[in-house]
Amino acid sequence: MNEISVLSIFLAAVFTNNILLTNYLGMCSFLAVSSEVKASAGLGIAVTFVMAVTSVLNWLVEQYILVPLDLVYMRYIVYIVVIAAFVQLVEMIIERVSDSLYAALGIFLPLITVNCAILGATLFIAIREYTLPQAAAYGAGGGLGWAMAIVAMAGIRQKMARSRVPRGLSGAGISLVITGIMALAFIGFSGMIRVN
Amino acid sequence: MTLAKPRMGRVIFDGLFANNPVFVQVLGICSTLAVTNVFENTLVMCIGLVFTTGLSNFSVSLLRSLIPGRIRMIVETLVIASWVIVFDIIIKATLPEISKALGAYVGLIITNCIVMGRAEAFALANKPLISMADGIANGLGYTWVLLAVAFVRELLGSGSIFGVRVLGEWWTNWNIMVMAPGGFFVLAILIWIVRGRMLRSKEGVR
Repeated sequence: MNEISVLSIFLAAVFTNNILLTNYLGMCSFLAVSSEVKASAGLGIAVTFVMAVTSVLNWLVEQYILVPLDLVYMRYIVYIVVIAAFVQLVEMIIERVSDSLYAALGIFLPLITVNCAILGATLFIAIREYTLPQAAAYGAGGGLGWAMAIVAMAGIRQKMARSRVPRGLSGAGISLVITGIMALAFIGFSGMIRVN
Repeated sequence: MTLAKPRMGRVIFDGLFANNPVFVQVLGICSTLAVTNVFENTLVMCIGLVFTTGLSNFSVSLLRSLIPGRIRMIVETLVIASWVIVFDIIIKATLPEISKALGAYVGLIITNCIVMGRAEAFALANKPLISMADGIANGLGYTWVLLAVAFVRELLGSGSIFGVRVLGEWWTNWNIMVMAPGGFFVLAILIWIVRGRMLRSKEGVR
């Protein structure tokens, strides 16, 4: 399982094993934010960046701190602390460096700490015992796949604002239906690469 | 505590029905929806969620006067993560096969928005016991919805319940139910039915 090439892991994370559409991760912020394309793109970029970096950070922490010290059972706490600390750090840097970037991404950063997709990517990497390049590819690809799904969703929802939806289904219900149809479409990719 | 008694009932009713975390707040479906293609796994995941929301609400409530406002989120997260680790160790020891099937998803209870949401919205402002009741009620409110989803998915997707085949040979499995889109569709339809009912009963009252 560890001989899958880095490129196929990346592509699998974007298309065939999309973290949102096949693993349902990151649904909360997905449903809350995806009503506007611009905001969705902002959140998507932030998630991609944080996921790519924290996947690598957590991989390093796992290999060089948790395993040697025999603390693997503590991994959940350690992972979440690494993610929270990193998000906090990024927020502070962005705030100092660029006002416009902070205005665009700043509000999304606190949301990201509790975004299940970020922790999920790290946990999948740990359980599947990826190597460092594989972990980096999975983190970047997973984030990109998530971003793509949320932007596509926002586009659809903007169009849909003008259509009439049964009242009980409007809001979350119809969003789930659309996501389901998107997931269905993404199954079409699944013949391309076989990765678990 | 005598004063808290009637409120206790209210809190439990809200968590289970009136303010159900899935139907009304649409929170926390991330970590569990993925395992709803098998009824048994869903049950274990949901027990984990009830365990975590109950106990983390209890502990956050105990600590509430000690937690500084600015770092309360991270403290809550750490409390939640600790309870998830406890649960993970318990099921690894008692149900190793299911633990393996659930894989990463047990850890993802940490980022389940319901757990954090209840700690933030309820436990920080209320006494330990009632907070625990609130956590458990919300966990159970979530559980019955997810079990309903799992029931439909396993029945239609594999023709079985609890791994026991209940539909005869004539039944053709709907593979789509076992795959990811099935989960989205079943939950959406369930939300549609329940919300439709809620809207209608509200209008009836008026």
